[in-house]
Amino acid sequence: MALVLLAAPLLTGFVRKIKARLQRRRGPSVIQPYRDLYRLLRKEVVLAENASWLFRVTPYLIFAVTWVAASLVPTFASGLMFSWTADLIAIIALLGSARFFLALAGLDVGTSFGGIGSSREVMIASIAEPAMLLIVFTLALVAGSTQLSYVAEFMASPEAGLRVSVGLALIALVMVGIAENGRIPVDNPATHLELTMVHEAMVLEYSGRHLAMIELAASMKLLLYLSLLACLFAPWGLATPSMGPAAFAVGLTSYLGKLAAGGTLLALFEIIVAKMRVFRVPEFLGAALMLGLLGTLLLFLSRSL
Amino acid sequence: MQLVTVGLSCVGVLLGAAVLAVGIARRAGASTIVYGASLVASAIVLAAALAHFVGLSSPTTLTLPLGLPWLGAHFRLDALAALFLAVVNLGGVSASLYALGYGAHEPFPGRVLPFFPAFLAGMNLVVLADDAFTFLLCWEFMSLASWALVMAHHRIEENVRAAYIYLVMASFGTLTLLLAFGLLAGPDGAYGFAAIRESAQTPFVNTLALMLVLIGAGSKAGLVPLHVWLPLAHPAAPSHVSALMSGVMTKVAVYAFVRVAFDLLDGSGWWQSIVVLFIGGGTSVLGVLYALMQHDLKRLLAYHTVENIGIIFIGLGLALAFQANGMRAAAALALTAALFHVLNHSLFKSLLFFGAGAVLTSTGQRDMELLGGLIRRMPYTSFTFLVGCVAISALPPLNGFASEWLTFQAILQSPELPQWGLKFMVPAVGGLLALSAALAAACFVKAFGITFLGRPRSSAAETAGEVDRFSLTAMFGLASLCLLAGILPGFVIDALAPVTVSMVGERMPAQADIAWLSIVPIAEARSSYNGLLVFVFVAFSASFAALVVHRFASRALRRAPAWDCGFPDSSTRTQYTAGSFAQPIRRVFGTLVFRAREQVELPPPGDPRPARLHVELRDLVWEAFYLPIAGVVSATATRLNHFQFLTIRRYLGLVFLTLVTLLLVIAIWL
Amino acid sequence: MNGLVFEIAHMLAASLVLISFIQLYQDRLYALLNTFALHAFMLACSVAWQAFIQDAPHLYITAAIALVFKAIVIPVALHRIIQRLGIHREIETVGGIGLTMLAGIALVALSMVVMLQVTAEADPLARQDLAFALAVILLGLLLMVSRRNAVSQVVGFMSLENGLVLAATGARGMPLVVEFSVAFSILIAFVVIGIFLFRIRERFDSVDVHVLDQHRGERL
Repeated sequence: MALVLLAAPLLTGFVRKIKARLQRRRGPSVIQPYRDLYRLLRKEVVLAENASWLFRVTPYLIFAVTWVAASLVPTFASGLMFSWTADLIAIIALLGSARFFLALAGLDVGTSFGGIGSSREVMIASIAEPAMLLIVFTLALVAGSTQLSYVAEFMASPEAGLRVSVGLALIALVMVGIAENGRIPVDNPATHLELTMVHEAMVLEYSGRHLAMIELAASMKLLLYLSLLACLFAPWGLATPSMGPAAFAVGLTSYLGKLAAGGTLLALFEIIVAKMRVFRVPEFLGAALMLGLLGTLLLFLSRSL
Repeated sequence: MQLVTVGLSCVGVLLGAAVLAVGIARRAGASTIVYGASLVASAIVLAAALAHFVGLSSPTTLTLPLGLPWLGAHFRLDALAALFLAVVNLGGVSASLYALGYGAHEPFPGRVLPFFPAFLAGMNLVVLADDAFTFLLCWEFMSLASWALVMAHHRIEENVRAAYIYLVMASFGTLTLLLAFGLLAGPDGAYGFAAIRESAQTPFVNTLALMLVLIGAGSKAGLVPLHVWLPLAHPAAPSHVSALMSGVMTKVAVYAFVRVAFDLLDGSGWWQSIVVLFIGGGTSVLGVLYALMQHDLKRLLAYHTVENIGIIFIGLGLALAFQANGMRAAAALALTAALFHVLNHSLFKSLLFFGAGAVLTSTGQRDMELLGGLIRRMPYTSFTFLVGCVAISALPPLNGFASEWLTFQAILQSPELPQWGLKFMVPAVGGLLALSAALAAACFVKAFGITFLGRPRSSAAETAGEVDRFSLTAMFGLASLCLLAGILPGFVIDALAPVTVSMVGERMPAQADIAWLSIVPIAEARSSYNGLLVFVFVAFSASFAALVVHRFASRALRRAPAWDCGFPDSSTRTQYTAGSFAQPIRRVFGTLVFRAREQVELPPPGDPRPARLHVELRDLVWEAFYLPIAGVVSATATRLNHFQFLTIRRYLGLVFLTLVTLLLVIAIWL
Repeated sequence: MNGLVFEIAHMLAASLVLISFIQLYQDRLYALLNTFALHAFMLACSVAWQAFIQDAPHLYITAAIALVFKAIVIPVALHRIIQRLGIHREIETVGGIGLTMLAGIALVALSMVVMLQVTAEADPLARQDLAFALAVILLGLLLMVSRRNAVSQVVGFMSLENGLVLAATGARGMPLVVEFSVAFSILIAFVVIGIFLFRIRERFDSVDVHVLDQHRGERL
């Protein structure tokens, strides 16, 4: 659990640095997010006069839920303690709760920006979540389980092979991950223009330690998605609990390498692609939903062969 | 004393209270007496139902010498009946408790008090009935009692219309059930359920009876396209009655379907499950889309009931499909998921309707566009309403997630099904279920956010106050039950085991002895979920984070006007309204499903007239089904009206013609 | 090793179906042409791989023809035509992109059901490859039917041809003569269509730039 907490800001800083380098800038240092969090934590919170108790509780709730969900994803080893408490469906639902409360917090202060963020966020979620669930169905049908440790171990074993449905699930998961983390082309994490905001609009009224919690939760969510992609589709080097500490060290190094590779690809993709108009996003996610459905359908049909 | 006798005597108490209420309705304290009596009676029946689960496991029957002379009235309490009795009476207990506080505000007690215990009595009797005649009689009694309650505030025009449509749909439903039971009873007229269970039916009769019961029970439960009465009638009744109608009466309809499909019929062909799955999937998505477009709080909740009934029927359809293919373990899983959802929905839907009733009492408003900021004026109500919203959006660790998780696990079992039709239907239905779950979360962000959060949009919302202790107790009780059912789902699954054994002959693996109270639906390797641990982890992490931050970082806090990007606006009209919140979803889904069209009239610059936004939504189900039927009926009635105004010679001619025709028939046939 | 070789062929066929879906998703004309070029490139790879597996050197020529003509010459020529005629660059769909994609899924499912029931005796991968080829054909037809723009009809026709070539190479033994005649028929069809585009412009739904201005703005 401590690993995801500490590595998340590092990942965010790494992605920003690569983006800056690709744009021929020097960019902020890789550990800048840690400094930002420290600064925010020490600042005073400025709370709107009509903000309620829900507004104050939400940052901690979102942080806790995202932290628990991120800790349940295998990082350097599968089958960690308590990994059986929640499977993939439960992890997605936990992220859904985080989003539910964030959307409520956006509506709490009663400004129009909060409303924009919340209404767009629930529209995106209403298509991203079914797409994610269909991806989970595809993977569960291939691996025979929804428990992440079992799926990761299955994909690492030689009986997985190259499968069409798995390829479709990979592409769909990348699309959904981009939408859920609020990355270009769905949302711009660095913007403050009303026309382009989704996530930033919901957290507009937060400051100080509350904002630090929410930023940390967002970084952990990105880490979660990259870890999910790594353990499901590139599970090489993943240790099992029966192996010794040497295997764990190998697992840790390969995990950090996979994170670096994923971060670089993400930065590259964000540089190349432009942000879509808001109402093109449902079509984008609809394509991810179709890919998930197609993957599931192919698996259902090929069971009879 | 046999449990079924206990149940029937409490029903007798309820009927007695109803009769008493006719006399004393105008007196002060009448509502306390009547609701208190229903509370006690429902609590006793609830205890009896739970006793059946815990202790006795064999069904008990009773025959009363009422009704048809050669038949009598049969009543029976078995596992399925005990489950639904528990659901009905849990609703009855909480509604009576709520009404002890809410009922004091009723302007027409004489129109509500007699019918409330009668309604409860009717529902209990339907669940206990063991032959077709008693069943149908009690079904009609239940419908009439609830109709009277819908007509309680009869001065409001739309309530009268709602009650009329409800009466027509209820009669239609009873007609189809009558036909179904007639088919099942056969030409000998064996109406008792025991006799129907023994007899074998031809596949044709089997299919026809199942479809008729699907239509009849479905119209009471609210399946699309028979749902149109539900969003009109449920909001029209007083709030505790709406909670009973949405949370409990729809479940009685589900009971009727389960009783016929799994118990009385021999086992259906697989293609019937496709029909059930298709209707269930379509209902769930359409129900939640309708709910998203509403800005009346109670109508939103009523449409949302339609969605949850769709989810329950998806589970039932899966159970039918598995049973038809002999996969009994998977059928038990699907049936358990559906029945768990029945329990969960009655809990959180009642809770939400109670909250809506509290808002209505405090502010006099049901329209979300005129509410807002109630979280500060009504803190306890808003907390329980929030728990209800989180539960209904299927978020862990509450109970809505537990039953949805079980339904998904049942769907993941289905690649083993051999038929092609099912191979297509089940993944499509899985996608629809996921879509409806995500849209439900959006709907309840809107419902809670616009009503309780933000700034008050009218003076009614600014001057609201908290409601009385009885209502709050009822709401808190239901909220804690939601939490308990979510953290300890294993106990509920084990409790449902006798029901699935009697219906499909198999049960889910015993959950009580699994470590840490997880639930494992099939096998440890496949999937497991532990609600309690998730709850503990989240609570621990949140408190840990709060503690660390408050200890080591700043604790300072300052209140200031909202930042709003530097353009704060004191008018509360600049907030998002219910319609504007739903606009992105309306644009994505509504253009197809509702032919949603927006028109904006912008006056030219310099003109001080306001701009106007006009949104047009069309209910395609109403236009496609009901308007044509209504048109045909009305045209036929106009034609037939001519028979009222014939001359005497014409009437004599009619009699003569009929006589001659009958003689001709006799001549030809003999 | 044997299994892996066939799995790669299977993946190449599936990627063709995926690119057909991407074609359905596009709403800009240049993007559609680029996607079509990718479609033809993947076809060339798939045919070349089949030539490698089946040890049939004449299929390499088929792959080369697909690569040169369909992936390079035709997209570049269509690009020039669009610029010269001033055809507007956005494609209007009949029914919206979401509905079109749903119809695409239904067509893929249909082609799988048909193919799997018709070919009961072949090995699983070959059956699925044939099903994918039928799916590409149907998706090409869907592209032609659901767009109001003449150029997208041409692209749909071309991807339909790609599906036919995929099906033919999947079943073994396609003589070179057939391939030559197919290639020539493609070329003739293209020339004819190129001439007709001049005529189509006046007669068709909305190839004209001025008609576009009426549709500017949102649908709602």
